[in-house]
Amino acid sequence: MPHTLTISQLTDKLAQGELSSREATQSCLDRIDAVDGQLNAFLSHDPEDALTQADAADAARAAGKSRPLLGVPIAMKDVIAVNGHPLNCASKILGDFNSPYDATVTEKLREAGAVVFGRVNMDEFAMGSSTENSAFGPARNPWDSDCIPGGSSGGSAVAVAADECLASLGSDTGGSIRQPAALCGCVGLKPTYGRVSRYGLVAFASSLDQVGPLTKDVRDAATMLGVIAGEDKRDSTNVPEPVPDYIAALTGDVKGLKIGLPKEYQVDGIDPEVKSATEAAVAELEKHGAEVKEISLPHTQYAIATYYIIATAEASANLARFEGVRYGARVDGASPEKMNRATRGAGFGEEVKRRIILGTYVLSSGYYDAYYLRAQKVRTLIRQDFLNAFKEVDLIASPTTPTPAFKIGEKVDDPLQMYLSDIFTISCNLAGLCGISIPCGFSVSGLPLGLQLLGKPFGEPDLLRAAHAYEQATDWHTKRPEIS
Amino acid sequence: MTYEAVIGLETHVQLRTRTKMWCGCANEYGAEANTNVCPVCIGLPGVLPVPNAEALRKTALTGMLLNCDVPSYAKWDRKNYFYPDNPKNYQLTQLDFPSTIEGFVEFEFGEGIERVRINRAHLEEDVGKSTHFSDYSGVDFNRAGVPLLEIVTEPDLTGPDMAYDYLNALKAILENGGVSDCDMEKGQVRCDVNISVRPVGQTDLGEKIEIKNMNSFSGVRRAAAYEIERQIGVLREGGTLVQETRRWDDVVGITENMRTKEDAHDYRYFPDPDLMPHTPSEGWIAEVRASVKELPLARKQRLIADFKLPSSDAVVFVGDAALGDYFEVATKGAKNPKAVANWVINNLQAKLSEIGSTVADVKFETSAIGELVGLVEGGKISSKIAQDVFAEMFESGKSPATIVEEKGLSQVCDTSELMVFCNEAIEANSVSVEDFRNGKEAALNFLKGQVMKASRGKANPKIVGELLKEILG
Repeated sequence: MPHTLTISQLTDKLAQGELSSREATQSCLDRIDAVDGQLNAFLSHDPEDALTQADAADAARAAGKSRPLLGVPIAMKDVIAVNGHPLNCASKILGDFNSPYDATVTEKLREAGAVVFGRVNMDEFAMGSSTENSAFGPARNPWDSDCIPGGSSGGSAVAVAADECLASLGSDTGGSIRQPAALCGCVGLKPTYGRVSRYGLVAFASSLDQVGPLTKDVRDAATMLGVIAGEDKRDSTNVPEPVPDYIAALTGDVKGLKIGLPKEYQVDGIDPEVKSATEAAVAELEKHGAEVKEISLPHTQYAIATYYIIATAEASANLARFEGVRYGARVDGASPEKMNRATRGAGFGEEVKRRIILGTYVLSSGYYDAYYLRAQKVRTLIRQDFLNAFKEVDLIASPTTPTPAFKIGEKVDDPLQMYLSDIFTISCNLAGLCGISIPCGFSVSGLPLGLQLLGKPFGEPDLLRAAHAYEQATDWHTKRPEIS
Repeated sequence: MTYEAVIGLETHVQLRTRTKMWCGCANEYGAEANTNVCPVCIGLPGVLPVPNAEALRKTALTGMLLNCDVPSYAKWDRKNYFYPDNPKNYQLTQLDFPSTIEGFVEFEFGEGIERVRINRAHLEEDVGKSTHFSDYSGVDFNRAGVPLLEIVTEPDLTGPDMAYDYLNALKAILENGGVSDCDMEKGQVRCDVNISVRPVGQTDLGEKIEIKNMNSFSGVRRAAAYEIERQIGVLREGGTLVQETRRWDDVVGITENMRTKEDAHDYRYFPDPDLMPHTPSEGWIAEVRASVKELPLARKQRLIADFKLPSSDAVVFVGDAALGDYFEVATKGAKNPKAVANWVINNLQAKLSEIGSTVADVKFETSAIGELVGLVEGGKISSKIAQDVFAEMFESGKSPATIVEEKGLSQVCDTSELMVFCNEAIEANSVSVEDFRNGKEAALNFLKGQVMKASRGKANPKIVGELLKEILG
């Protein structure tokens, strides 16, 4: 059952000739056939194209080539451009649009030898926390198909947790990798802003978006990050910081590592099971030599409001290009303006429209200073909170989500409640930090829980080291859902 | 009551760069529709802009040519509006931190020199071009993303003619400075004109009326003249003016309302999160400053002052900077710069345009024209022979002295030798001799011409004249 392997397990077997990439890829394809009708993680996939890539990887290996992901099947969130494949952002508005180019991360995966396959489900344009906002139906949590898998990278998390691929790429604007990873029981890493190129990632909120991996364990996250990180001249916001050896950071040793617990995160509404699982996880790290102390992030309470002003403002402009003139599902109208209105009215879902309207409002003449400009100032304060905290500690620990996965449909009529599910993840994006969610237990009802660790800008080595050490000491990450 | 006009101009100028502002597509006019396009400049999902270093450099250079400051911090903003020719439905521009600020342009107007203050020259991107067919419209995105400079004046212009002269001066500065070709035919220069009128003596400005998107300077002049008359007419009749945007109908020669303030766009500007601010270092600014060329007006004044050239010659050299540069090198060490200028303008330029060539291809040494002038002025060759020598120089690249030497073209000054030619001419033209003796001075010139002809132009005409008079007198 090669689809159940981690990347490192598979690459070992490939290297030893125990398995071929074709077998591994076919195994994933069979798994999709078996379970995805129920889970709806994949919007589309092209088995023939995947197997062709697998054969090419096998041939390369036979010719003595060795690359970090050679022959490893990786699924792509439907917001990342893959040349010749659909790019829908789980929206109706893009119609039958196929990307004519590869995102930088896609190129990097290819250079590393990966079998890049499949378009995985998400909230439309990455706007949401449950994957219920997909125009192609919600993805379902493999641990309980009545529950949401989280979002917006819900499909990416489901595909990994249900062993439909070895790893996937997602995007994280306010928690969209970490939150579904937590709710599905896999590892989700949001790199530091500027660490990974955004070229070819369809923008939701440009100053917050980052591409990152969802994987079955921390080692795989380190491998994936090592492949996709690095300088890209096509992204001006990309930081030309050298890429360290992330695998080398996995020493298993957290002695002396200082972990902060923000007192402002002790808020009402945290599920007691989540709370105790987080406390137990921190205690485990402490047991292995980490030092734990309370810290303060005084502007925490403004994070969600700040986020929803900045993210929606940027989105209102980023999504303006979808109007049916050059591509996508055009709805005709008697004038360009009528065509725009008809196309956007028919093509966008409710949540996307809500955010475009919000963003348009906060940028409007007379409101800009009160909303957008003020939000930018608060954002600076939030970042300052973290930079101050990181003078005292190396990492910050918290639950990834305040509750385990909720039921499909439970919060769709209450957007504000839905927004609050991002409370622990959102500040990381506002401050431009890196963060990871790793499995740290299960609720009584059998749903996975996640521990979030946040690191300083470009502090991924520390982040991965602590996450890996915790993983070594526990076996939560080895648990797999039974999919009936 | 007497009214006066107050005019400000916003001039959009396409920068001359190899590639577009944010991508590697060619910045090239006239290609087949939608062939100079890529995912970036047609705004496909997922793409990001990367600033064109050459455009940033030329923007700073333009600022310097317009006597602007180049701040150490500039940023990009999104200007949001929906239009089919606008691929992202926002245009990248510079709202509150432009790349260059606060300069001025000086230009000749009437008898004197005028100075118009420049508020800013900021960088933005051009949009595509719509074409309307019988039952559909098309957009050509070749122009989308071409770097576009917006040069904004303060309201310092007082009339249509001044606006016209300012625009021509601006064009000359930008062309001469190498930042834009300013080709009006290719739409590389477009103007918005802001006009208000007020009673003479009033310091507050009247209601500002903007005329959008003019693509010729004469159109600007006519539209401004019309609009000033119209506005004064409205006020004289007791009407009021409201802030509005108007369009110029060049065929009918009138302006008409496009939109009033109430339905003005809310562009919802905000800083572009895809681009970092441009923070030029002092070193970079100094490097750009090193490539600033002398302004046309300054050069004209200098050519007149330093070389005692007439204004008309100076204008030629300013208008054709390469020719002007050639002149300045060619005249080095020459005693008579005006004579060198004559050769450069009347002969060299004529020859070059005849064969469609440029000064870069001239075969002879740059010092040659000065030498040729020296030969004429030293009496070594006649100016007629000099014409032949020049033609030979232009053909072969040989020096004038070599040509004179090789072809034996030196002027004959030896009286005994010339005497032979003179006597021959007198003998062969008895009628002219008679005429001269009867007081017809012109007859002497005829005889002189015969001598010159017989000597194949080499005879010194001055000595020949004296000899003929002597013989016949």
